[in-house]
Amino acid sequence: MTDKNGFFDLSKTTVTRRTALKGLAAGAGLAMAPGFVRYSQAQSSAPIKIGFQSHRTGIGAAYGRWYEKTTAAAIKAINAAGGINGRQVEVIIEDDGTDPGRGAEVVGKFATQHKTDIVFGTLFSHVVIGSAPAAGEAKMPYFVVSEGHHVASTKLNRYVFQPGITDVKSQIKSMAPWIAANAGKKVTQIFPDFAFGYDHRDYLPPALKAQGAEVIAQIAIPPTESSFTKYFPQIPAETEVIYHVMVGPAVLTFVKELGEFYGSNRPQLFGFIDSLEAVDINSPGLEFLDGSHFWEGSPRYAQPDDTEAQKAYRAAVGIDDNGAAVGDPKDVSTAAHMFGCWETLYVVKKAMEDAGYKGPEDRAKLVEATEALKEFAEGPEHPQGPKTFNGKIHQCFGIQNISKVEGGKLKVVHKTKIEDGLYEAEGDYTTQAL
Amino acid sequence: MSEASPAKAYALHLGAIALLFVLSFLLPEYYHGLLARIMVLAVFAMGYNMLFGYVGLLSLGHAMFFGAGLYGAGLAIIQLGWSVPAAFTAGLGCGAVLSLIIGLLALRSTGVAFMIVTMMFAQVFYLAILYFAAWTGGDQGMVVPQPARVLTFGGTSLDLTNPTVRYMSALALFSLVLLMMLAIVRSRFGRVLVAIRENEERTKMLGYDTFSNKLAAVVVSGTICAASGAAYALLFGYVGSSFASVQYSILPLLWVLLGGAATTLGPLVGTLFMYYVIDVTSGYTSAYLLIVGIALILLVLFFPRGILGSIRQRWLGWLP
Repeated sequence: MTDKNGFFDLSKTTVTRRTALKGLAAGAGLAMAPGFVRYSQAQSSAPIKIGFQSHRTGIGAAYGRWYEKTTAAAIKAINAAGGINGRQVEVIIEDDGTDPGRGAEVVGKFATQHKTDIVFGTLFSHVVIGSAPAAGEAKMPYFVVSEGHHVASTKLNRYVFQPGITDVKSQIKSMAPWIAANAGKKVTQIFPDFAFGYDHRDYLPPALKAQGAEVIAQIAIPPTESSFTKYFPQIPAETEVIYHVMVGPAVLTFVKELGEFYGSNRPQLFGFIDSLEAVDINSPGLEFLDGSHFWEGSPRYAQPDDTEAQKAYRAAVGIDDNGAAVGDPKDVSTAAHMFGCWETLYVVKKAMEDAGYKGPEDRAKLVEATEALKEFAEGPEHPQGPKTFNGKIHQCFGIQNISKVEGGKLKVVHKTKIEDGLYEAEGDYTTQAL
Repeated sequence: MSEASPAKAYALHLGAIALLFVLSFLLPEYYHGLLARIMVLAVFAMGYNMLFGYVGLLSLGHAMFFGAGLYGAGLAIIQLGWSVPAAFTAGLGCGAVLSLIIGLLALRSTGVAFMIVTMMFAQVFYLAILYFAAWTGGDQGMVVPQPARVLTFGGTSLDLTNPTVRYMSALALFSLVLLMMLAIVRSRFGRVLVAIRENEERTKMLGYDTFSNKLAAVVVSGTICAASGAAYALLFGYVGSSFASVQYSILPLLWVLLGGAATTLGPLVGTLFMYYVIDVTSGYTSAYLLIVGIALILLVLFFPRGILGSIRQRWLGWLP
């Protein structure tokens, strides 16, 4: 298929058309493959339609893939148990490209073309914030699994909920007591110089101060940076703990260079596993993390004290004891976050049942029923652990895990209490008109 | 290119506007909402076309002008509590001032250097948004509160979040800019711009101040893009840094290339085409950008002047 100059030339072969057709057929086949949840609509009543705003492409693609797997598993379990209000549940997936502009269009598409009952599943904060106005205007309940503080900040609108995963402000607050008591009192923060980093920059110092510890330096690293060695001399010598939340592909370089900088004589390291979601903890260069600690929403590795619900959840989603896809040890999951999809869907189920939800005309009732929820008990529907829900700020609060890297695995060494992460509400969505 | 009678050209454009108006009543709900967004972004493309199509200056930094309008209007409402008309004017003002400054600096270069200089300025603008995250919301962006997005005239108020009001507002802006573009293209100023594109040295020798004309074009282009950004913030309620990223500098270039550079209606056609290809193909495969890429290659191969540009070249020489 190359011409005499060696250039690719589509016009000089007839095979190309066939290849193109094969490609199209393969594309269509892919669209039917597992991960795209399509259920027969032969039920006696029309299915409840959930619009899944998925990060299939763009920076969130690794998360998007696992969010889809978890969602498919949860929907399968819900449908097998009779669905919601006796109706089967159908998921319609649209890719938002991890882009806030496209995200808003996708929410509009769910509301006006697919006419879904709710929209669900968004992770990246900028996509949530970009899509929230579209959801509010369409009066479309929008259940996100983002962990951002945006929902609880009450800056969005009454139709946006985060009932399946604790927000980052609460996560950070609940880490402080353990860090101060076990890792050290003098903390240096290294974080990416954008919003995800700013949450940590802003919420950690007061939380540590309340525990008698302090942040002695904050080092913001520009998102375009690919080498980090020049920042390390800024780390004060008296630092007892380095709190790091670098994310993205640069994290491997970051850890490697930090290891080269300190050698064997390093301060304690504490990080958020967000840096290493979908990344094998045994990747070359990450050896330096051995003995360090991480926040995990839900543990990646199976733990000796896992509950039956946790075991059943892992089996249903298809992750092995190392948190990778069953049958593909290299396909590491985003275990610390994706449980939120499973739990959110069960919250939706509960709220729809409480509201006697019949269709889009009952969306306002669904919002009120969700706001009325108070707590979720640990069990098959909430395998990560028990949670409380604040209907005024549309945010749940759960336990968090602190895990130690030991022998190439993450071992949970501490579980926080729900109360560790509670904070004063910043507003009240329920005062907004429906 | 043969010259159309003014009546013919204006009839075509008024017809296009009338068609968009009628479509408001015919389109299904989803496409109604999508077309409102496309019209706002087509204004962005028209602003880009002003410089790229008519002056021949390829900028890779127009996202900063869109961003100036987006943030100018958005911050005026969110941080200062201004009304919708005042915020829109603030957006336009930001775009005009920024484009004047950028024009004065960047027009010292031409060709590839102009492209790189504009891209660098846009990158500075983008990083400034991230740097001043306390005010701009950084990479997460900000929501323009729904209650603030109301246009009040005396006793009556128009809710910009209402789909019909939003569509008609987008159409009004689009129509205004379209007719303005047509008037510019047919004016003495527009002809000087085309002359600069064709041969700047000769235009200079004929006694025209090409720098002033190019600067005026940058300011008009930047202000139109800012109008689009301001309208986006007010009509769709989100202000975010991704709209100032390099991707949004490349998108208007693609829309204009697709629709036809230096055609007045080309930007709308290009934006419309690109949006629908993405919307339809993303329903079938996550590799939709591959399909978009193939569509672009095919268009460049068979319609190198873009859709309307090729139509003008082959059949309708009078098309403005």
